[in-house]
Amino acid sequence: MEPLFINLAEAFTGWMISLGLDPGWAEAVLLVVKWIIVVTIITVNIIILIWLERKVSAFFQERLGPNRLGPFGIFQTIADAIKLLTKEDIVPSAADKLIFKTAPMFFIVVAVMLYTVIPMGKGMQVINLNVGLLFFISVGSLSTIALLMAGWGSNNKWSLMGAVRSVAQMVSYAIPLAFSLLGVVMITGSLNLQDIVLAQDKWWFVILQPIAFITYFIAATAELNRGPFDMPEAEQELTGGAYTEYTGMRWALFFLAEYTNLVAVSALMATVFLGGWQGPWLPSWLWIIIKTYAIILVFFWVKWTFPRIRMDHLMSFSWKVLVPVSLGNILLTGAGIYFCRWMGWC
Amino acid sequence: MLADYPALGLFILLTIAFPVAAMALAWLFRPKPKAAEDHEKFLTYECGVDTRGKTWIRFKVNYFLYALVFLAFDVEVLFLYPWAVKFQVLGAFAFIEMIIFIGILLIGLWYAWKEGALEWY
Repeated sequence: MEPLFINLAEAFTGWMISLGLDPGWAEAVLLVVKWIIVVTIITVNIIILIWLERKVSAFFQERLGPNRLGPFGIFQTIADAIKLLTKEDIVPSAADKLIFKTAPMFFIVVAVMLYTVIPMGKGMQVINLNVGLLFFISVGSLSTIALLMAGWGSNNKWSLMGAVRSVAQMVSYAIPLAFSLLGVVMITGSLNLQDIVLAQDKWWFVILQPIAFITYFIAATAELNRGPFDMPEAEQELTGGAYTEYTGMRWALFFLAEYTNLVAVSALMATVFLGGWQGPWLPSWLWIIIKTYAIILVFFWVKWTFPRIRMDHLMSFSWKVLVPVSLGNILLTGAGIYFCRWMGWC
Repeated sequence: MLADYPALGLFILLTIAFPVAAMALAWLFRPKPKAAEDHEKFLTYECGVDTRGKTWIRFKVNYFLYALVFLAFDVEVLFLYPWAVKFQVLGAFAFIEMIIFIGILLIGLWYAWKEGALEWY
């Protein structure tokens, strides 16, 4: 079972070449196939995740959650998707039309691009970039711009308030996010995500870098605008923040992008800290799915357990706690590597 | 390695097709209201009350201060990544250099802290 998908890809490329296609073009066609697979994974994941989040939150609050459509209400999300598809598309006449319309598209494109570098199994990656980790961080931080575009373009006070809040928050938490991954880079000496996975065959980085794991988890929660850091879209006071004016499919694209980001960040956490696709008995592509879903469940757990954090607490927590701690972690890792060499352990 | 980047470009082009296709699919199904006939529907949403004044006004200066501090640290991240990749090769001298570099930035953070740039009024 292990090299199933790699064998399939090789067989497909071989078949394309045997049909008389140039190898370069065969690679391009393979990329299109990979893109279709990625988009399918994302869409199926969203349908499962929305249902799962509603069920999990219902479990935490002693409710039943969706339970009418299909067994355990599993078709609820599909019904919701069809409903959103048939809703009218309202662009407010006061809005900046171009920015308003491109914002959700930009958001989803950025979110899908994150999947290009995540190792989905042994040797399984859409594109094996040598700067994969840097690519993930830089492309991931672009979603800030999408939210600002949405808030600014809507020409609505709720939206603008939500947008500036989310920019301030995401900008502040991007720093500890990038810092906490540095310790891992120092140990492996590579930005290639496959190399980072391979470096964890003995010890997972969650054991070697426990502080970085915690700071990364907190910063990632804030970057994803998820509770308890969901100040930017606080429904009770901002009526949805930057998404206030969006309807129908455009709003659905935002929602889709948020969950796409959630899966991507969880997969990156599994890759960088939890040994990626490595694991006994089961094939590698199954391990990454299991680990990713475990982290997603922790995200759900945090969201439905803690109340929303106040804006001033939120900002000062990033600058006064997370930034110094994650900087200290870099120095600690450096000292640790030298100590390890000095003792002759590595 | 260079061949990865054309592939990345192709992937971006394909990905742009995804939201466009979603919007096109929705366009097939959805009702299409006209702004001329349904004026109220296209007003800015503010919980039922007509909006007053401009939205695009001067905003709280705090956000700008955070952005400035962010800029300094974001550039620092840029310097730290190549250093971290080569950390094991460069030796102790580079490590001490980076301690000094981080130290200078911590003084900057301390100054911003002292001046109240990190406080939320």
